[in-house]
Amino acid sequence: MDWLFKPWEWYISGPLIAFTLFLLLIIGKRFGMSSNLRTLCSIGGAGKTVSFFNFDWKLQRWNLIVALGVLIGGSIASNFLTETSIVNLNPDVVSDLRNLGFESAGKDYMPSELFSNTVFGSLKGVLILIVGGFLVGFGARYAGGCTSGHAISGLSNLQLPSLIAVVGFFIGGLVMVHLLFPLIF
Amino acid sequence: MRSILYLLIGVFFGIVLFKSEAASWFRIYEMFQFKSFHMYGIIGSAVGFGIMITQLIKKSKVKSVFGEEIIIQPKEYSIKRYLLGGILFGLGWALAGTCPGPMYALIGAGYFPIVLVLASATFGTYIYGVIKDKLPH
Repeated sequence: MDWLFKPWEWYISGPLIAFTLFLLLIIGKRFGMSSNLRTLCSIGGAGKTVSFFNFDWKLQRWNLIVALGVLIGGSIASNFLTETSIVNLNPDVVSDLRNLGFESAGKDYMPSELFSNTVFGSLKGVLILIVGGFLVGFGARYAGGCTSGHAISGLSNLQLPSLIAVVGFFIGGLVMVHLLFPLIF
Repeated sequence: MRSILYLLIGVFFGIVLFKSEAASWFRIYEMFQFKSFHMYGIIGSAVGFGIMITQLIKKSKVKSVFGEEIIIQPKEYSIKRYLLGGILFGLGWALAGTCPGPMYALIGAGYFPIVLVLASATFGTYIYGVIKDKLPH
């Protein structure tokens, strides 16, 4: 049982993500997390003024319940299934990140510089979270899906649009990390 | 009853996201630096098995456990929206280090500032809805 409490290797995790896709397909649902954000807008009343959000959100209730489950799953995993949450990064990455000012690299699961409550004392940190989140939400809907909907679900369905979207994800990610990170951090 | 099923599938997925470290900001950075096989292994093997599962379901015309037909609607073909939307998503994915699934797992794990990322992602979705007719698709 020791393995359960250690970080799960890719060859365990990848097939288990595919199994999640299987479970959703076999109960007649699609695998895609970003559509929940559209549902949240609709619940908030955005459908009154913007037609894109004017749909019966109750049909998407199932996916919000999945999202709630993911939240509970994250809590179970971090509180009961994890001995140490240190991510074992490539040492080159640790020294790169320390040079960028991320002292927590190699010591934690998430950079405490951005994801501990001290971030609220830093205007730059808060702006990074806001801009990053905005791009994720805007981009996912513009592209019609995110990592789960396009990279996993869509590629599994051998859809060309999903391949184009995934190429886009990587162009964006590479530009951010290689060109913009040195300017931001 | 079905709600419990949805919840359990979500719990399972949340545990996998956290334990695989796919929810870690550091792992996303490392992936875009090409310094580890970990994330490529996860996505690659998920897609490999996913292709088998999806094609088998389509070919066998198997019904869902509730007896409904399983229909996978293909996405409408275009390049602009997928490429442009994808690039914007990728910029955010690398900066916030999280995508719309792991966000919930991280909130559950107690990383409170992710609530701000989720709120902002919801706002981003809203703005897309407002200006979508003016964007190339």
